[in-house]
Amino acid sequence: MAGNAWRSTILKLLERYGAWITGQRKPEEVSRVMGAVKSQTQPRTFSRGMQTVTIIPGDGIGPEISSAVIKIFEAAKVPIQWEERNVTAIKGPGGKWMIPPEAKESMDKSKIGLKGPLKTPIAAGHPSMNLLLRKTFDLYANVRPCVSIEGYKTPYTDVDLVTIRENTEGEYSGIEHVIVDGVVQSIKLITEDASRRIAEYAFEYARNNQRASVTAVHKANIMRMSDGLFLRKCREVAENFKDVKFTEMYLDTVCLNMVQDPTKFDVLVMPNLYGDILSDLCAGLIGGLGVTPSGNIGANGVAIFESVHGTAPDIAGKDMANPTALLLSAVMMLRHMGLHGHAKKIETACFDTIRDKKVLTKDLGGNSKCSEFTAEICRRVQDME
Amino acid sequence: MCELNIWGGVGGAELRGKRSVSPPPAKYGGRHTVTLIPGDGIGPELLNHVRELFRFCCVPVDFEVVTVDSSVVSEDEINNAVTAIRRNGVALKGNIETNHNLPPSHKSRNNLLRTSLDLYANVMHCQTLPGVQTRHKDIDIIIIRENTEGEYSSLEHENVPGVVESLKIITRVNSLRIAEYAFKLAREKGRRRVTAVHKANIMKLGDGLFLQCCKEVAAGYPDIAFDNMIVDNTTMQLVSKPQQFDVMVMPNLYGNVVSNVCAGLVGGPGLVPGANYGKNYAVFETATRNTGKSIANKNVANPTATLLASCLMLDHLGLVDYASMIRKAIFKTLSETRLHTADIGGLATTSEVVQSIMREVQKTGPLTSEYI
Repeated sequence: MAGNAWRSTILKLLERYGAWITGQRKPEEVSRVMGAVKSQTQPRTFSRGMQTVTIIPGDGIGPEISSAVIKIFEAAKVPIQWEERNVTAIKGPGGKWMIPPEAKESMDKSKIGLKGPLKTPIAAGHPSMNLLLRKTFDLYANVRPCVSIEGYKTPYTDVDLVTIRENTEGEYSGIEHVIVDGVVQSIKLITEDASRRIAEYAFEYARNNQRASVTAVHKANIMRMSDGLFLRKCREVAENFKDVKFTEMYLDTVCLNMVQDPTKFDVLVMPNLYGDILSDLCAGLIGGLGVTPSGNIGANGVAIFESVHGTAPDIAGKDMANPTALLLSAVMMLRHMGLHGHAKKIETACFDTIRDKKVLTKDLGGNSKCSEFTAEICRRVQDME
Repeated sequence: MCELNIWGGVGGAELRGKRSVSPPPAKYGGRHTVTLIPGDGIGPELLNHVRELFRFCCVPVDFEVVTVDSSVVSEDEINNAVTAIRRNGVALKGNIETNHNLPPSHKSRNNLLRTSLDLYANVMHCQTLPGVQTRHKDIDIIIIRENTEGEYSSLEHENVPGVVESLKIITRVNSLRIAEYAFKLAREKGRRRVTAVHKANIMKLGDGLFLQCCKEVAAGYPDIAFDNMIVDNTTMQLVSKPQQFDVMVMPNLYGNVVSNVCAGLVGGPGLVPGANYGKNYAVFETATRNTGKSIANKNVANPTATLLASCLMLDHLGLVDYASMIRKAIFKTLSETRLHTADIGGLATTSEVVQSIMREVQKTGPLTSEYI
């Protein structure tokens, strides 16, 4: 059949089986369904020039830093249209907790999200919001690039690594039982599919971002079957990516070497618990959660970028917050979307401001306000035009 | 509490009546017998240096060497080692390599040793050593790690092909035991604060039980402050401000991570000794348990960790004078003579460092000159 007839036949078939909703114009969707492997970080084509991004301001200092980021993006003339949504859990039909349908709809449409810090209320009856978001969008990979910031001194310089953490299973499966009174068993779940998926993402990320090597972090000497399975899958995937070097290292050796010489590491891929500990360790190397960006990649092309620090209720509303973490996550988002020029501009402006040390928020060692810090970055961005 | 002691005949009666501080009974004519397990990698050469140094200092310790070959599938050799340690009560060991490509039926030899002898407490004292260049100064942390259960229970199964479950077991009895050990040690050493490291916000039942037990034991030690910290925050704090920690107690896997981070902070795996204590037995080794395959037999390994571990062993046996003599000599070599091996930035070989330590002992120790 000729090209167009072929395309419309396929689209009708997909509509019939509910895999395609009319009105959505995302050509990549078709090729994904057809089985062609599409890399997650390819530049997205969009008509009209403006891409929609769902922004979830969050709680505490969330709204302040979100508006700071929006202001900086305006100054940089980034072609993004923001859609603000709230994600407080509501009880859906059947009694299951879920995120509000408007938020889900907006995310499904735009595929890209930027999230501020969310508070997890204790004894509210519902699970943590972060967990809900993860389950709703199947956010299987947590990516945290840790790069030393020139103006913010820590005992470690020249850190440049990326931690990629499996985010859905492992030790955080939440399956625990009391066997007898006084004996508790927690189950760590490792599956072939999830391990393969995260390994594939890690190697693709390494390839797309010109990283030289991927290291799998494990404890297969003790947890022979579970980490052994994870390791086997990584090895299999490594066969298809011969241009990226693959090594494996025990968790304790990684920790030991990381605090002595972090320059030895490039991309690290690992199951959930080790990823949690190591990504926070690396964040500590560059200065803490206040300056670390983070991205969560999900199935179906969804990606949510977030700041991983807390809501800081003690400084909320006082114009004292540091928007760097959310800003750097937004820069990561721009790179994911293919807007490398804008990403570089904003990142350079942010790093220059921190390096100059003249206008810094309190946690970075200065005593300026959040609005002053934001204004300074906006000024630098505009000067770069 | 009632214990199963299969050596009820010969040593059992003595053991049951003994308090935790007294030395084990393998002492004849004033000389102690200690089991020595060379292990793999740098283990054999460093333990030879220990024997050399002990001979030079006339330390009244005889070593019963038990080799455990890591490539052999049968468990006879490790069982022999366990029997030898039961006989002597104390052991000094190198790390035995585990080939993680072998099937799960081949368990880690080191783990088997620890669980058979019920060496429930792994104690590691990390302190900034004089003369060693590090990014952080004034670190002085004691890490007490539960050594027998948790994630290291080696209970795994594959119910559905492609889905593997690994069980992490936390029991009340063991958690209370390790917490009790931690607080007792803190009190003995005059420490002010004990921090429990956990992930109870996610593993609510498992780590929740551990935390609960720690809190219960803390109530019995009002002179020692008790707080707790989530493991990812702990690692972040350790790399930015490690001076805030005093004594830390934690389950098995977090202990592995935290002890390696702390060892890295004070200068690396070649400097920190570790000890595994049970009710009746004690095994001493390097804290980070590395085999050091890549530097084996090249005469470049740092002997400090193994030598300090042997000093800990001498302390445990009651030979405190010998221990402090050797320790002083080691620190002098590190700080004044500044003879450093490659891992801490120097150019010396292992034998040069050991010779220097022996020279220091000869200069200052009264015991050597008396007997020569």
